[in-house]
Amino acid sequence: MAMTTPTLQAPPALATTTEPPAVRRGLIAGALAFIALFLVMPLAVVLAEALRRGVGTYFEAITEPYTLAAVKLTLIAAAVAVPLNLVFGLTAAWAIAKFEFRGKSLLITLIDLPFSVSPVIAGLIYTLMFGAQGWVGPWLIEHDVRIIFALPGIVLATVFVTFPFVARELIPLMQDQGTDEEEAAALLGASGWQIFFRVTLPNVKWALLYGVLLCNARAMGEFGAVAVVSGHIRGVTNTMPLHIEILYNEYKFAASFAVASLLALLAVVTLVAKVLLEWRFGHELAHNRGR
Amino acid sequence: MLALRRPSVLPGFGPTLGFALLYLSLIVLIPLAGLFVRSAELGVEGFFAAVSTPRALAAFRLTFGASLLAALVNAFFGLLLAWVLTRYRFPGRRVIDGLVDLPFALPTAVAGIALATLYAPNGWIGSVLDKVGLKIAYTPTGVFVALVFISLPFVVRTIQPVLQDLEPEIEEASASLGADRWQTWRFVVFPVLLPPLLTGFALAFARALGEYGSVIFIAGNLPGLSEIVPLLIFIQLEQYQYANAAAIAAVMLVASFILLLLINVLQRWTAKRHGDE
Amino acid sequence: MKRNAFMGGRIRNWIAAAILALGALAPAAASAQTLLNVSYDPTRELYDAINAAFVADWRAKTGQAIRVNQAHGGSGAQARAVIDGLAADVVTLALAYDVDAIAARGLIAADWQKRLPHNSAPYTSTIVFLVKRGNPKGIKDWGDLIKPGVQVITPNPKTSGGARWNYLAAWAWAKRQPNGSDATAKSFVQALYKNVPVLDTGARGSTVTFAQRGIGDVLLAWENEAFRAINEFGREKFEIVVPTISILAEPSISVVDRNVDRRRTRALAEAYLNFLYTPDAQAIIAANHYRPREPQYAKPADIAQFPKLELLTVDQEFGGWAKVQTTHFADRGVFDQIYTPGAR
Repeated sequence: MAMTTPTLQAPPALATTTEPPAVRRGLIAGALAFIALFLVMPLAVVLAEALRRGVGTYFEAITEPYTLAAVKLTLIAAAVAVPLNLVFGLTAAWAIAKFEFRGKSLLITLIDLPFSVSPVIAGLIYTLMFGAQGWVGPWLIEHDVRIIFALPGIVLATVFVTFPFVARELIPLMQDQGTDEEEAAALLGASGWQIFFRVTLPNVKWALLYGVLLCNARAMGEFGAVAVVSGHIRGVTNTMPLHIEILYNEYKFAASFAVASLLALLAVVTLVAKVLLEWRFGHELAHNRGR
Repeated sequence: MLALRRPSVLPGFGPTLGFALLYLSLIVLIPLAGLFVRSAELGVEGFFAAVSTPRALAAFRLTFGASLLAALVNAFFGLLLAWVLTRYRFPGRRVIDGLVDLPFALPTAVAGIALATLYAPNGWIGSVLDKVGLKIAYTPTGVFVALVFISLPFVVRTIQPVLQDLEPEIEEASASLGADRWQTWRFVVFPVLLPPLLTGFALAFARALGEYGSVIFIAGNLPGLSEIVPLLIFIQLEQYQYANAAAIAAVMLVASFILLLLINVLQRWTAKRHGDE
Repeated sequence: MKRNAFMGGRIRNWIAAAILALGALAPAAASAQTLLNVSYDPTRELYDAINAAFVADWRAKTGQAIRVNQAHGGSGAQARAVIDGLAADVVTLALAYDVDAIAARGLIAADWQKRLPHNSAPYTSTIVFLVKRGNPKGIKDWGDLIKPGVQVITPNPKTSGGARWNYLAAWAWAKRQPNGSDATAKSFVQALYKNVPVLDTGARGSTVTFAQRGIGDVLLAWENEAFRAINEFGREKFEIVVPTISILAEPSISVVDRNVDRRRTRALAEAYLNFLYTPDAQAIIAANHYRPREPQYAKPADIAQFPKLELLTVDQEFGGWAKVQTTHFADRGVFDQIYTPGAR
């Protein structure tokens, strides 16, 4: 795997601009130890525990009806939340990266906010809004509209938690790219949509895709916020992470880790996709960044 | 705000900013404002009483302390990782580079269960540490371990691009002027890496403050000792103390906001300084 | 589900296909009438069995196919979810206080406890000790729990119903000792919690901590949970120690009036709760290690598993749940004082 991408590669290092081999090896060893301890081991333990009772139990666990219902709900929630945040990410990045206006820092900060707000708080705010003791909750219940303890609440919590992902991936890149190309296109008479689809989008497509992948992984994995608004109804409002907790609490550890391994696998696939993107299109990304 | 923007030939400022603001308000701002309205029910005195109970103070101390420590550890190892991943070539480099994002993509509950399984006295790592009398799971140290895990990618990911852009000519110049490798690193390279390091550090810190899912599985959750703020909010909710929960949440929210604002100001300042060079 | 008009065609088709494929396999949410039972953590297996029996019974009696959905979690968390609008038809919670909390918000009639036999608790349980096989620390009664070097596992009484029963049983035992008083009981409970290294949020979390993670020397557990843990983890690993005195835990059930009236499910919901008192259900209850109110209907072998011990009630010993709550578990109550920094 020691493939090197020529475009990203620094010129052959001179002795004066790199460290002695011993130091280099020490640093690499330190970094590897840290990675092994904090990243590889947790991932390995999930897979080991999932397969502890054998492959049969594994497949039984992931094809059980309640598991499938949880998978289905998780896919639906992500299928709604990710496109919404994708559209938001694109519009916000366009406004922020292509124009100069007052209050930009504040706006970026507000977009970042869901990222550091505790998921429990995210669940809490929707409970305060839409719960039966909240502001619009009683009216909603009168009209038989269910937000929390139903699909819309789960989607809302998911949207909140994954809110900044696409925007955060796009804004710095689009800011770096500047507005020269778009301005040239505009002067040549291109319409807004033409500029967007023919100039801007091709320039950011890989960053966009990666943002979507991360957003999706996070959407499918959200636990804290969804736990507060789900109601835990089996087969109805249990998402995959909640189902994992339930199986764990039923002493079905192997089954619990089996479902967890699906999400871990999703994480790994996401990361592999990213590595492939960078490897295959790294020169394009680098080229764009260089401009 | 609209009037305060610089003129541009590009179209679409109004609709895109309008949509972004509308969406932001509906999903984030209005619901978050609810926190303040709800905690305002307590009055000023009640608010301070709710957030300054010994238990709440202990939870704030633990959450901020463990997050700070985790961010510091990640600042050090993040810098190391970023350096090793950009500067050196070794087998498996790309795989490791990809792995760095794992904490972003792995569900927090899965991370919590996995870490608890690893660090419990009968786990792979816990059993080794147990022999030398070190306990990680179910202690405040467990909180720290979980927070290191979830905030790991930030410093790496903020430093990497800067390190990639750093031109070797500067280091060569420094070396040719007689500086040794350590001096070059300390006085030429490090100052360039400091702003992204600070940004990554603050991001890691902000992310760690809110973490819930992974921590509750590995912390002992003892009030006053290993109980984090998000858990305290959760417990207040269970006791139907909505206003108290909202008050504590509001404090956390303000802290997060200030941190993030600092980060963005820092980033803009760095970008401007770069532009001047 | 119909809102996602934003997606690109190819992705949409792919996701639609995936959803359809899964939808075909997932349990059918057909038009059958459904009932939602919101319950606490350890009753999962009990209500799995009860629901199957009730669905069959209902079909035999009326010809209608119905479905009973279950939600499990910490008792307090579940009560809060119902208060916040979770559309429970019936609640089957760990203690009367949690049902009272729902009633206080007007969702359940105030006299709910009088509506069904036996204080609206069709089964009872108690608190026992689970220790490692061979009882290496020689734990026999409550007094042994405060010995130095003994680690006790119990959940947080603020979030777990079972933990409140644990706490109250310990308190009641201490108060019944020679020269016992509220003051000696408080210092006993304080010493007990000093020996607690992990405070999980729910009873199941504590069992996992003790049995799976190997933390602690003794688990304070629901009797039914102790039996289940032995079944799950093996008789060769754990054994039950029965203290001299414990508490009569009465998990409470009720129809949620406002929800059943809105959903027009009252008849079904009431039939469901009444079913719990039938001979069939009482036998299932005993088989799942809960103490049935009508032991004559259960298998004698199931009844024989329950040891005899002196069981005290919350009403006699503590003057009711409302009082217990304000004295012990409310903010700044006795439990908070135990955990005030400096007191440890």
